[in-house]
Amino acid sequence: MESFWLVTLAILAGAVRGGTPFLFVSLGECLTEKSGKINLGQEGSLLAGAMTAYAVSHHSGSPWYGVLAAMGTGMALGLLFAWLAQLPRTNDIAVGIALMLFGSGIAFFFGKPYIQPSAPLLPGIPLGAWSSSSQIQAALRICPLFFLGLLTAFFLAWFLRSTRWGLQIRAAGDQPSAARALGISLKSVRTWAAMAGSGLAAVGGSYLSLYYPGAWTEAISGGQGLMAVALVIFARWDPKMCLVASLLFGGAQSVGPALQAAGIQTGYYLWNASPYVLTLIVMIITCSTKKSLAGAPGALATGE
Amino acid sequence: MTLIPPENLERFTQAPASLELYRITKKFGDFTAADEISLTVPPGTVHALLGENGAGKSTLVKCVMGFHPATSGEIMVGGHVQEIQHPSDARKYGIGMVYQHFTLVPSMTVTENLVLSRPDVPAAVNWKQETARLEEFMATEAPFKVPLHKRASELAAGEKQKTEILKQLYLKSRILILDEPTSVLTPAEATEVLALLRQMTVAGKLSIIIITHKFREVFSFADDVTVLRRGKLAGQGKVKELDRDTLAAMMMGGASEAKRAPSAPPATGPKPTAPASTRRTALRVKQLSVLGDNGITAVKDVSFELAAGEVLGIAGVAGNGQRELMEVLGGQRPAASGTLEAHDQPYRGTRRDILTHQFHTLPEEPLRNACAPMLSVAENIALRTFDQPPQARWKWLLNFRAIRKSALPLIEAYSIKTRGPDTPIRDLSGGNVQRAILARELSTRPIKILVVSEPCFGLDFAATDFVHQKITEARDRGVAVLVVSSDLDELLKITDRLLVMSGGTITYETPTATADVAVIGSHMAGHG
Repeated sequence: MESFWLVTLAILAGAVRGGTPFLFVSLGECLTEKSGKINLGQEGSLLAGAMTAYAVSHHSGSPWYGVLAAMGTGMALGLLFAWLAQLPRTNDIAVGIALMLFGSGIAFFFGKPYIQPSAPLLPGIPLGAWSSSSQIQAALRICPLFFLGLLTAFFLAWFLRSTRWGLQIRAAGDQPSAARALGISLKSVRTWAAMAGSGLAAVGGSYLSLYYPGAWTEAISGGQGLMAVALVIFARWDPKMCLVASLLFGGAQSVGPALQAAGIQTGYYLWNASPYVLTLIVMIITCSTKKSLAGAPGALATGE
Repeated sequence: MTLIPPENLERFTQAPASLELYRITKKFGDFTAADEISLTVPPGTVHALLGENGAGKSTLVKCVMGFHPATSGEIMVGGHVQEIQHPSDARKYGIGMVYQHFTLVPSMTVTENLVLSRPDVPAAVNWKQETARLEEFMATEAPFKVPLHKRASELAAGEKQKTEILKQLYLKSRILILDEPTSVLTPAEATEVLALLRQMTVAGKLSIIIITHKFREVFSFADDVTVLRRGKLAGQGKVKELDRDTLAAMMMGGASEAKRAPSAPPATGPKPTAPASTRRTALRVKQLSVLGDNGITAVKDVSFELAAGEVLGIAGVAGNGQRELMEVLGGQRPAASGTLEAHDQPYRGTRRDILTHQFHTLPEEPLRNACAPMLSVAENIALRTFDQPPQARWKWLLNFRAIRKSALPLIEAYSIKTRGPDTPIRDLSGGNVQRAILARELSTRPIKILVVSEPCFGLDFAATDFVHQKITEARDRGVAVLVVSSDLDELLKITDRLLVMSGGTITYETPTATADVAVIGSHMAGHG
């Protein structure tokens, strides 16, 4: 019985711990897709962000400078995406794949010297200090970036609903011809959305290298940037649903380690595959040849 | 007939200014799209811009709206020369445009759409306050009502059109430019919207420029008319002093009579004499239901029979299930339930079925739905036959020389204007794409069933006549023809029998000879 509670606690803690990068990437992707372009390069932004954050933290001694630097890197990659994806006769999916490879490429290239040295990491807020149980203390140790992500989710929902820029982004993403007739510049709206979106993804990357797992390696992402794109579909382009979906995926990711920690070895690798299985299931459930998705921005994948 | 309450009209304190265009010329490179065109719109009048497609109507109003500044010429608002370089300049002078294609964002509510259209959207929108203000606008100034809380995607075409007009009034535009405003409305909706606008102009609260190619609207709605042909001014005057024939002559130019005469007889020509019951049923649709893109039933329990040698028309406002029905007939969408039978045998739309029953389709927007845009004209014409000899050896090795050779006479016969058979078909104009697809569908074999949708959308007079003539010729050869169109005039001209589709079902059937437009209109609107 005790092991059941331990596993549950570990999964819940894992949902928060493992879900945070999903949260940032999916919020960023949600914002970008709302403006009408799909940025598959979020995986590249995530990796480049993780590397930049670690390197800057190592040299400056402050992990928060690392987070800021990661955001800058992400925004630069977002700008590159926005520029390339809006050239005539290009396609956002193809540009996204190219930038995914480009982002991870520069991360690996410049990140080589930072695999060995250690950098100051982000602090965890010990919300479980009241308990004597070390498991509860560990589970309730939460990174401030998670709370930042939480705020961002609610802020983004409000931003898209009730601000001038939010309305313009939705118009550009749902009916570009209408946006053009209203005098909205598709180019600048989409550029800003892609930059902010890619910046958020890179902040997610800084969480990976500066908090959990808390080191820079080339295998740090494990495709989370790509899974987050699927997650946006699952969340129906709603920032608050992105939060729910991220926690779900984070939880799925921690099932394997949690069972292992409780001494259950059976099917360890199989359990580790659960986020990927979840991605596939989400895709199968939500995709149909007979109907288009409710809530999907109208301009997605139309080349407009 | 609904009328605007007088007290609502009184709220419009701001009267429209006069608008004058003086020798407006717009060039795109060497091409002159509008050539020294002048016209005057006094306050409180309706000015009709009449002309065929490509006559320069849109080019001209886009100069007034500031989408592309005129190459030369002057625009005077209220007697003063004004520079209009950008749409925001036009808005400043109270000029607003209602587009043919709606500029509402489908996923947003009417309230959100109206707020978004304001030039000064607040950085953070207070929805409570905005909703209250809009409700007040609706209660006092608005000449007609639209549901504020509904999403634009849930509105019927008529409501969308009204919302677009309300948007301009909300923005305080007093000179409205309407671009073919009735093309998406039922006859009843069109009459209502135009009557309300007419009432506002008569009261001196609004001036209107209406782009149209419908004579009926010019005569019932406009005070003055300007006719354009190939970018040039072809005629101008008071509507009262002009008649239909004069306008038609202006619009078509000197050659019009000669061009129209030979094509007219076949269109109304000898109809088959055998009664429908004795002719063989070529296509039978039985209780067909189809799901739309959103997974909601778009076509519900539709049944009808199409006999050889008849033209059956399906009338209806676009978006009432016609597209989905067409896609099922063309094999592009699975049916949810129900069956199709061709010549009393089940029809599944496989290549073999198509060949056996000689079932041919001409969907709407052919460039998108019936072409491989990057392939050449010759290859597109060969899409029905490329796997048969002589265009293919052993049914798989293509002979491109044979494909080109068989395309050449068709390009000639259907007068397809192309640089050559090897030009990618997407480089052709809309009318010529239509001709090419018509050539493919009508010429290849002794065809038996032909299903066409919106065959003349966006085509000029000459091309429209050509298409109608080909359809009638096919009918006279004994082909069973189904025509789906949102243009009721077209259907009345070429069909033998009419069905009306509304809300995904067939609501009315009548022989065309005894059809009553008012009855058809009310069935199209869904209350019959």
